Amino acid sequence: MEIKSMRFKANASGALVNTVLQGNLKTSKGKFVTRRAETIKELDDFEGTRDAATAIRNRVIDNLDLWLERFEQKALDTGAQVLWARDGAEVCRLVTEIALQHGVTKVAKSKSMLSEEAGLNQALEAAGIQPVETDLGEYILQIDNNEPPSHIIAPAVHKSLDQVADLFHKVHGTPRKTEIPALTREAREVLRSHFLSADMGLSGGNFLIAETGSVALVTNEGNGRMVTTLPKVHVVITGIEKVIPTLEDLSTLMRLLPRSATGQPISNYVSVLTGVKKPAEHDGPEHLYFILVDNGRADAVGSDFHAMLRCIRCGACMNHCPVYQTIGGHAYGWVYPGPMGSILTPLYAGLEKSIDLPHAATLCNQCGVVCPVKIPLPDLLRKLREKQTERGLRPLTERIGLRLWAWAALRPKIYALGAGFGARYLKWLAGGTDRIRLLPAAPEWTLGRDFPAPQGKTFRELYAARQKPAKETT
Amino acid sequence: MSSREDILGRVRANLHRGATNAAAAREDILAALSNRSHGPKPAIDGSPQALLERFRLKSEQQSTTADIVAGESDVPAAIARYLTTMSLPKSAVAWPSLAALDWAAAGLKVDGRGARDADPVGITGCFCAIAETGTLMLCSSADTPATVSLLPETHIAIVNASRILPCMEDAWALARKELGVLPRAVNFISGPSRTGDIEQTVVLGAHGPYRVHLVIVAD
Ligand code: SF4
Repeated sequence: MEIKSMRFKANASGALVNTVLQGNLKTSKGKFVTRRAETIKELDDFEGTRDAATAIRNRVIDNLDLWLERFEQKALDTGAQVLWARDGAEVCRLVTEIALQHGVTKVAKSKSMLSEEAGLNQALEAAGIQPVETDLGEYILQIDNNEPPSHIIAPAVHKSLDQVADLFHKVHGTPRKTEIPALTREAREVLRSHFLSADMGLSGGNFLIAETGSVALVTNEGNGRMVTTLPKVHVVITGIEKVIPTLEDLSTLMRLLPRSATGQPISNYVSVLTGVKKPAEHDGPEHLYFILVDNGRADAVGSDFHAMLRCIRCGACMNHCPVYQTIGGHAYGWVYPGPMGSILTPLYAGLEKSIDLPHAATLCNQCGVVCPVKIPLPDLLRKLREKQTERGLRPLTERIGLRLWAWAALRPKIYALGAGFGARYLKWLAGGTDRIRLLPAAPEWTLGRDFPAPQGKTFRELYAARQKPAKETT
Repeated sequence: MSSREDILGRVRANLHRGATNAAAAREDILAALSNRSHGPKPAIDGSPQALLERFRLKSEQQSTTADIVAGESDVPAAIARYLTTMSLPKSAVAWPSLAALDWAAAGLKVDGRGARDADPVGITGCFCAIAETGTLMLCSSADTPATVSLLPETHIAIVNASRILPCMEDAWALARKELGVLPRAVNFISGPSRTGDIEQTVVLGAHGPYRVHLVIVAD
């Protein structure tokens, strides 16, 4: 997918004044948050479960090479094929090759964020193969000119019922429906024929299980089951970090993933798929391929951002993020929005291409508090800011400003002088009121709020004044 | 260099892989795979009655309906009653493993095979059921095809009360004991298919069944 993260500021400003989007964000705001809060109460030891999940993920990523080899061996034993892709372009090439080899003309897809990373739909279309998104949210976006998703769990969360009603009416040529169940049925009927006629099913993978060489797929709609049951070829595309050791570990993670994502105690369908159709079986794919994708992950191993590889893609961090809630997912400009996206985009797509993302956070740590695998997201965002500074990626004015500040801060006398001047200047600027409407040096800061006016004295002056009478009395 | 070697090579380098830490890591992998330790599980009363009650309650919270019968021979009549109440057709596709039940006596036309698009009702058994979340565990095989619980708009599942287990971990233990290796597809099903993709409003019947009905055999 094309990276538009450099336009973060403009995109975010646009999102703020987009009244339709703001209305839609308001409709959805808090629904996942409330449901999550209710369902985590059902676990007697929620914190202990988070610790266990964190340990499971750490266990694998700390020895990722060996776990990958173990998974690969097991998967091969079940009759699957295991392929490796360095980047999105290689994913596209491999999937196209598999499709051509099996004479595939239509691919039914269940949600795969990696196929978004790779821009797979465009590549398939270019090769004359029809990709059909079957997750309702993804389908809505696909028929709306391939709009990118704005949330990893609810891709079309930025769209209102009205917009979907218009879209279905236009694209399907059916009478306009206004009820959500009727629209859902319409999509079901359209997509059912695709499930039955697709020659290839393509899915992501929530987890790869090393013990059995299986992939675990979690869905509510049942599309994940369809695309892995009906077509004769099944291709799984996952990141290399998705391995977990055992089925017991899957059970632990499944107590957290749906609760953190949508606030469900369990998703409707959890499928553990192992190998290909047996000779006497009625259903199941005859060919199963795993494509294990790097696309930036291998370089994150052992780095300052190693912990990010624990992510189980639940979306809780974005659901709870005040910035995400205000601007929605598109402003982030790539596949992953919210706090996890502000870390993954710089890591996978390039820090220089996403300069503003590490700053698109208030560091309030709502995300860190809810993350089921305890990823210290604010710490990682801060680390990225450090890297930007180290690599000289921040704007020139900011760099000069910080240099000047550092120079002064190391010289207490000069610092005191500067601070004293600043405090008096700001007091003067406030003109006798207690607030400043417009900061000439940082007009953006005062765009949506006032700056509180200092009283005219600095902390150090006040402190010194207080010390004096204290000394006199002793 | 192949992509595989390139990717694994970089992971190895980043982990400072050498002979000593490889040996320790291999040991940890073997330990993880043989101990199969589990995380904290919710406290669940394991008595048969309590398991049955919890399973039923949790299933109903997922919009599943349930009926209890005394023995397996009562199942066809119970299903016929349900179909009548719901004004659903009296013809169904069922797992071949269930073909021996006396469906005709209950006035039902039941075919034992994999499901097709037009089948209105699918009847399955289940490998076991999980009380923690009100979940069915279905294992695919020639006699228990996965499509039967997926394509029809109505899915009816027969559950033996003695096979209701507390947690998913118990289900895996039973699968290892009885099946040895995993079947091609293990499907955990918790209620009718649903979506919340339009305005996060939950609607039942996305791509799979609109309704799931359980006939629990009290055995
Ligand atoms: S970072 Fe944590 S909260 Fe965010 S998606 Fe990943 S696992 Fe979920």
